[in-house]
Amino acid sequence: MKNIQEVLKERILVLDGAMGTMIQRHKFTEEDFRGDRFKDWPSPVQGNNDLLSLTQPDTIADIHRQYFAAGADIVETNTFSSTTIGMADYGMQEIVYDLNYESAKLAKEVADEFTAKEPHKPRFVAGSIGPTTKTASMSPDVNDPGFRAITFDALRVAYKQQVEALIDGGCDILLVETIFDTLNAKAALFAIEEVKEERDIDIPIMVSGTITDASGRTLSGQTAEAFLISISHIPILSVGFNCALGASQLVPHLEVLSVKTEHAVSAHPNAGLPNAFGEYDETPEQMAAQIKEYAEKKLVNIVGGCCGTTPEHIKAMSEIVKDYSPRTLNTLIALN
Amino acid sequence: MGYTEQKNAERYLKLSGLEPLVVTPDSNFVNVGERTNVAGSKKFLRLIKEEKFEEALDIAREQVENGAQILDVNMDDGLLDGKEAMVKFLHLIVSEPDIARVPIMIDSSKWDIIEAGLQVVQGKCVVNSISLKEGEDEFIRHAKLIRRYGAAVIVMAFDEVGQADNYERRIEISKRSYDILVNKVGFPPEDIIFDLNVFPVATGMDEHKLNALDFIKATAWVKKNLPYCSVSGGVSNVSFSFRGNNPVREAMHSVFLYHAIKAGMNMGIVNPSMLEIYDDIPKDLLEHVEDVMLNRREDATERLLDFAESVVGKAKENKIDLTWREDPIQNRITRALVKGIDQFIVEDVEEARLSVDAPIQVIEGHLMIGMNVVGDLFQSGKMFLPQVVKSARVMKKAVAYLLPFIEEEKLKNPVQEGSSSSAGKILMATVKGDVHDIGKNIVSVVLACNNYEIVDLGVMVPPEKIIATAKEENVDIIGLSGLITPSLDEMVFLAKEMERQNFTVPLLIGGATTSKAHTAVKIDPQYNSAVVHVNDASRAVTVVGDLLQKDGSTKYKENIKLDYADFREKFLKRGRHREYIKLEDARANKYQVDWENSAIVKPNQLGIQIIENIDLRDLEPYIDWSPFFRSWELHGRYPDILEDEVVGPQAKELFADAKMMMQKILDEKLFKAKGIFGLFPANMVNDDDIELIHNGEKTHFRTLRQQSKKYVGKPNFALADFIAPKESGIEDYIGCFCVTAGFGTDELADKYRENLDDYNSIMVKALADRFAEAFAEYLHKEVRMVHWGYASNEGLTNEELIKESYKGIRPAPGYPACPDHLEKLTIWELLQVEEKIGVQLTDSLAMWPAASVSGYYFANEEARYFGLGKIKEDQVDDFAARKNIPVEEASRWLAPNIADD
Repeated sequence: MKNIQEVLKERILVLDGAMGTMIQRHKFTEEDFRGDRFKDWPSPVQGNNDLLSLTQPDTIADIHRQYFAAGADIVETNTFSSTTIGMADYGMQEIVYDLNYESAKLAKEVADEFTAKEPHKPRFVAGSIGPTTKTASMSPDVNDPGFRAITFDALRVAYKQQVEALIDGGCDILLVETIFDTLNAKAALFAIEEVKEERDIDIPIMVSGTITDASGRTLSGQTAEAFLISISHIPILSVGFNCALGASQLVPHLEVLSVKTEHAVSAHPNAGLPNAFGEYDETPEQMAAQIKEYAEKKLVNIVGGCCGTTPEHIKAMSEIVKDYSPRTLNTLIALN
Repeated sequence: MGYTEQKNAERYLKLSGLEPLVVTPDSNFVNVGERTNVAGSKKFLRLIKEEKFEEALDIAREQVENGAQILDVNMDDGLLDGKEAMVKFLHLIVSEPDIARVPIMIDSSKWDIIEAGLQVVQGKCVVNSISLKEGEDEFIRHAKLIRRYGAAVIVMAFDEVGQADNYERRIEISKRSYDILVNKVGFPPEDIIFDLNVFPVATGMDEHKLNALDFIKATAWVKKNLPYCSVSGGVSNVSFSFRGNNPVREAMHSVFLYHAIKAGMNMGIVNPSMLEIYDDIPKDLLEHVEDVMLNRREDATERLLDFAESVVGKAKENKIDLTWREDPIQNRITRALVKGIDQFIVEDVEEARLSVDAPIQVIEGHLMIGMNVVGDLFQSGKMFLPQVVKSARVMKKAVAYLLPFIEEEKLKNPVQEGSSSSAGKILMATVKGDVHDIGKNIVSVVLACNNYEIVDLGVMVPPEKIIATAKEENVDIIGLSGLITPSLDEMVFLAKEMERQNFTVPLLIGGATTSKAHTAVKIDPQYNSAVVHVNDASRAVTVVGDLLQKDGSTKYKENIKLDYADFREKFLKRGRHREYIKLEDARANKYQVDWENSAIVKPNQLGIQIIENIDLRDLEPYIDWSPFFRSWELHGRYPDILEDEVVGPQAKELFADAKMMMQKILDEKLFKAKGIFGLFPANMVNDDDIELIHNGEKTHFRTLRQQSKKYVGKPNFALADFIAPKESGIEDYIGCFCVTAGFGTDELADKYRENLDDYNSIMVKALADRFAEAFAEYLHKEVRMVHWGYASNEGLTNEELIKESYKGIRPAPGYPACPDHLEKLTIWELLQVEEKIGVQLTDSLAMWPAASVSGYYFANEEARYFGLGKIKEDQVDDFAARKNIPVEEASRWLAPNIADD
């Protein structure tokens, strides 16, 4: 099987779409979320989507399957919130290892199934590492700008636990995504480097920030280029943006990355901007037309979807990008 | 299909704050701001020790504003918890977007402080520094961690043996450090910055002779042999032996930098105010300094030492050094403008006039060339506002001299119509109801310096007049100014009116109460063309330049519009987070004074008293000078500002001019000060009102209560909380006052203005404001100690007064604790202010003369200043009912304080 670096040189890769949107279709009840293992859990757990990897594994596997069938090369594990920090809302810190391990294993099994069927198109699993619910470089209290709800070290420890379990479960890639606050991402990258060193392994890393609004900055205030510079100290596979904006609004920021980075560029936007009811309503065709612009401008190496996207969106996208060559990578001048 | 060509990416040092900093071989020298360093700045150390973080942040902000591209932060001091101070200060810095936009240099000799710093900054920092001093293992361990935290690093030329102090040792240590970092650690060479140790020269010791030259040679070697890395250093060390002789030190810094930069030094800690322009160094001094720097003569040091004494002497004599009078005419005119010397300007302009075909050419040529130099120096932070205003004075005199010749020329030659040399015409006005114009005048002067024609309509200008004049004069931009809150509404009204009349010229908004938020939320939506908030003179020049540029102004205006729309959207979003409570709940959560045990002193003299024969000399010690400097855009606290490294010399000069003007005002009794105050029995009634009795009649002060939701245990304040409630049966007291130092101000200021002397005209008004504030401070003290007498043994120094360490408060209507200007009407009626001392209220309830202060006196020791913040409709309704005015009227006056839903 070709490794992902080789495949990236050949074509634009397709990442999957939203997990949450697909889960919502099942309208799971509190009992469904609990399953057998957590039937006596003391607090409500409905809405803890990551938990479904343990209690409704067949559904999660089926969502991965739908995305692969739609043409995705990479699916993300169902672990966006699976850190001790994210699970604290449900008091479920103790099952963080299981969540990550089982989610990775589940996704990897489906990926292997598809790779076996279509060996010319290997499928990969990216371990999803979300931003957590706390920010390390911003104060949650406007009256006390010097206050921080979490430290770098606490984040590093939480991320490290998640990373170890994701790797144990068989992830091919680690995806640090939806980065609001670059300092959180730096803690995640720090943790990954520690694990890599301790285990003497290498694993490709994807980094994906979030430009929060039309100002063109992250929530923590950085421009696209400042964000890029702040995370470029680690050898990464790709850098890109996801969430918050639709595909068309992301173009100028992807242009910055495309020119300035020597890594691959990824984008997994939302299905447009939310409408008045908070729903995303860009159709697969509309979104694919935007993705076509990315491809024509040679801005990207990896595309996919975030909030509101479905297998139909991914199918439309993968049909578009298969006719385009990927963005050419810049290479740093070699050292003698 | 597939992987075709490869694009090569250069290896550049890339750093980031909120914005990127990419250092390429074409970049200018990167200036590192180092005043936020406790080891280098006594002032910063003091502020950190006293935990005055707000002021410490001001220092950081000033550095960035003055062009620092990286901010060095150092907390290494024996008496500080360095780690805690570093983390705290960095937490605060990263919350200030105007500071955090530049990368941070985390500076410490202690690893645990460096690591703590690296853990709190999201951008790519520089660590200052690591070295081989503690051996290779520590060096590698630290370098690896720095890499993992994502920072660049400064490597000191220091190893196990000691600090590199000659050429060979510098290259030996740099080479070894570089090889370890690049080959063993995998550190990217572009992220390595060498500090090759700048040591002093001309110390009289032989072994120091080569200090500069070795640094420069080693820099060249490093840049040639250790690819992609940078070289930095602290420049001021080199001139250490000439402390006290700034002309020589400045020349030494310039010469050192000139050669070091040529050799490849691309970054460093340089104090811009301690730098002479290389080309401006007098030839003989240059030669002596270069002899020392480059070790060109055996006796170089002795020769420079001898020469230095003459330079000190010369520097002192410089005030009457007239050798520049022998320079060519353009140089003389430029110099006169830059230095603000008007002594010879008429004779020089006459000489210039005789040398050209038409007198207008002197304005378009000689004078504009000179003013462009002034503009460039100001923009780049090398000149300060008071200097620019002085330049303007020279310019005006020159133009005034030329005008009759130009008129004559027009009569002879009435051809080229429209060949005006002005860059654009700008209308400036302080809006209706407002009398404050210092800021507006300063902006006008600075714009005029930049060749804009200014139509200044003065103060209290009704909107009809602004509109009519704008049409008549066909102006290119309209600038509105205001200091009091009702002026904000006037500006909104004018924007609406301009829109209705299909105006398209850009609108500038400035003045103390204006803000980008108000401009974006309230004014910008009313007007389809560009509206820009501008709050200082140097930004005004840039903004006006961008608005009036021939190409690209449309794009600029579109961007401005988008920027404000975006800002507005964000601002409104942000506002939603605030929570408010009902007025009745806020009242239930009022501040509770323990009235049973509260010491209430009956005033010695109840009733109203007038002060007419106050000698201004008695007020002088009460002047708080810091705001005076601020009005000239020199930021810092008096008296520290006089010694400030950047603005110190300018502040001193301004202060000397101010003292001179003050002497004149005192000697010739040019200002007249008057005051009135009253002390009355009073009680709180109905939660928020204060009922006082004067001559048997009741008067009510209506106070406003904070309505934002508070943390548990924090009260919702209203001023009424500080007066004993009627039902307590305790008799309490309140006072109110009005003082002015403004009579005579306008006359004097106008006289200077007519004489084309804006500098002194603005000075007069700024001083009048200071005298009025000093009078208020003086009278408050007299009231506390004598008339009311509740603090008869107070004995505070002036400094303590300014810090408000006394008991009791004197809040002023229109200010944060009681933003309602309408209360002034109550005070005016009660004290008969206008009848007794002549201070009037305008339509917008601004006081005239402008240099006046009014307010209440509260004596309770628990009375404190607070900000009202936003209030809700229920309080507006209640307030209107209490005041017996229509709700619409109350809403209009309280608009800036009403929360948006």
